[in-house]
Amino acid sequence: MTLYQEIILDHFRNPKNKRKLSNPSKKATVINSLCGDKIVMEVEYKKNRVENIGFKGEGCAISQALTSILTEYAKGKTKEQLKKIDKDFMIKLLGIDLGPNRLKCALLPLEALRKLI
Amino acid sequence: MLDVNIIKKDFPIFNNQPGLTYLDSTATSLKPQTVINALVDYYENYSANIHRGIYSISEKATDEFEKTRSSVAKFINADPFEIVFTRNTTESINLVAYSLGRRIVNSKDEVLTTVMEHHSNFVPWQMLAYENGAIFKIIDITDNGFLDLGTENIKKNIEKIISKKTKILALAYVSNVTGVINPVEEIIRLAKKINPKIITIVDAAQAAPHMKINVRKLNCDFLAFSSHKMLGPTNVGVLYGKKEIFDNMFPFLMGGGMIKEVTLRKTVFTDVPQRFEAGTPAIAEVIAFRKAIEYLDRLGLDNVRQHEKEIIRYCLDSFTDNFKKEVVVYGPQDIEQKNGIISFNFRNYHPHDIAQILDEDNICIRAGHHCAMPLHERFGVSASARASFYLYNSKKDIDKLVEGLKKAKRVLK
Repeated sequence: MTLYQEIILDHFRNPKNKRKLSNPSKKATVINSLCGDKIVMEVEYKKNRVENIGFKGEGCAISQALTSILTEYAKGKTKEQLKKIDKDFMIKLLGIDLGPNRLKCALLPLEALRKLI
Repeated sequence: MLDVNIIKKDFPIFNNQPGLTYLDSTATSLKPQTVINALVDYYENYSANIHRGIYSISEKATDEFEKTRSSVAKFINADPFEIVFTRNTTESINLVAYSLGRRIVNSKDEVLTTVMEHHSNFVPWQMLAYENGAIFKIIDITDNGFLDLGTENIKKNIEKIISKKTKILALAYVSNVTGVINPVEEIIRLAKKINPKIITIVDAAQAAPHMKINVRKLNCDFLAFSSHKMLGPTNVGVLYGKKEIFDNMFPFLMGGGMIKEVTLRKTVFTDVPQRFEAGTPAIAEVIAFRKAIEYLDRLGLDNVRQHEKEIIRYCLDSFTDNFKKEVVVYGPQDIEQKNGIISFNFRNYHPHDIAQILDEDNICIRAGHHCAMPLHERFGVSASARASFYLYNSKKDIDKLVEGLKKAKRVLK
């Protein structure tokens, strides 16, 4: 089965939340040195909840699409809810099992998000 | 051209993996049946240690092991006592950096390498310079991927870079990214004119599988390559070194097999090459490596090179015909100046996505920085896709690659 399902390609072509925030509470940069993927993620909290979240970055379709999907999911969530997101959840978001090499791509946005909690 | 249909029959993987399009021989090559048989033969019939047992199967193992040393020596026009077996090219280069480099490089000396090196011929020298307080100097490349030594007057440019303070010059014979063939012989000749004491190390990992090497003609002090990139087993590296330099070098690893005598107070090391082969080596793999060399000798390296040239030409032409400027190829495109490696980027797609989509159709290419991050930085990209060819590849493989790229375009567009 192909990794490149319509939902992934959709988020890759038209990423959500791909913007800079004007008033971020926190900012994190993560890099996958294996392939040079880079994500800069920003978040704005209001009373412990995600009010705004945005990212910039470059990389493969998997890492970019999942960053888009993850930021959509994170909106309105509390820090406690975000803390619960793990590897298995990311794979569920993606909807398909990944090989070990591509798993790093999929987990890169999670690494960024964790730095923001 | 070589008859690939006949050659493929010698490689059992093509039978076991029907439809495999293997375009990553620069990472590691596939193995012919004769090499695999030699591994099994050792384990089934004479799996004894070498240089130890006073019994016939141990003597046979020793004899077969040393036969490979002679074959390797002949393969690069050296003498058998100038051939040391290591685990891989990386270990060969580290051996020189540790055993010789750390003793001869002093504070304010210079260690020179190039921006196109594989990390294995870059990091050991960078660390050596850092630890010994030396200056780490790097030869740049031109935008076309050639060493930046000028085309008109290499001599004048080398005089600007190399001086009596330059203790080490480490450079690749062939780049593992662009496939460019460097004028190693000329550079070494000019370098030694300026500083006769300079130690020159050639990383031949991407040259040995594809073209004839003559260490006497190159006049390098050291030359390193790996068995597994030239049809042989993994875990066998070769380090060629000039006898007079090797003889005066301290061992890298200490232990069994590298001593003449050990007492409570002192140890006397044995002669080269065993001095640098501490511990039980990869016996089966070294023995089977000879079958790989025999295979290459039988085909003839000149024929292999000629075959690869035609494949590269066909690949570059196919890229242009099908994708025009959507494909960017790094490094020279003149087949006389490069070997069977093509690194490229396709539209703005990430190389990992391209490799993944090609994998769906059983096409294997490499994606990433190929252990050459400084070179990718120099080209201004974080990664590239790389297709590399060997004697079992045909024009059909290129057609599949092109079809795969068209598919990637349909998926990612």
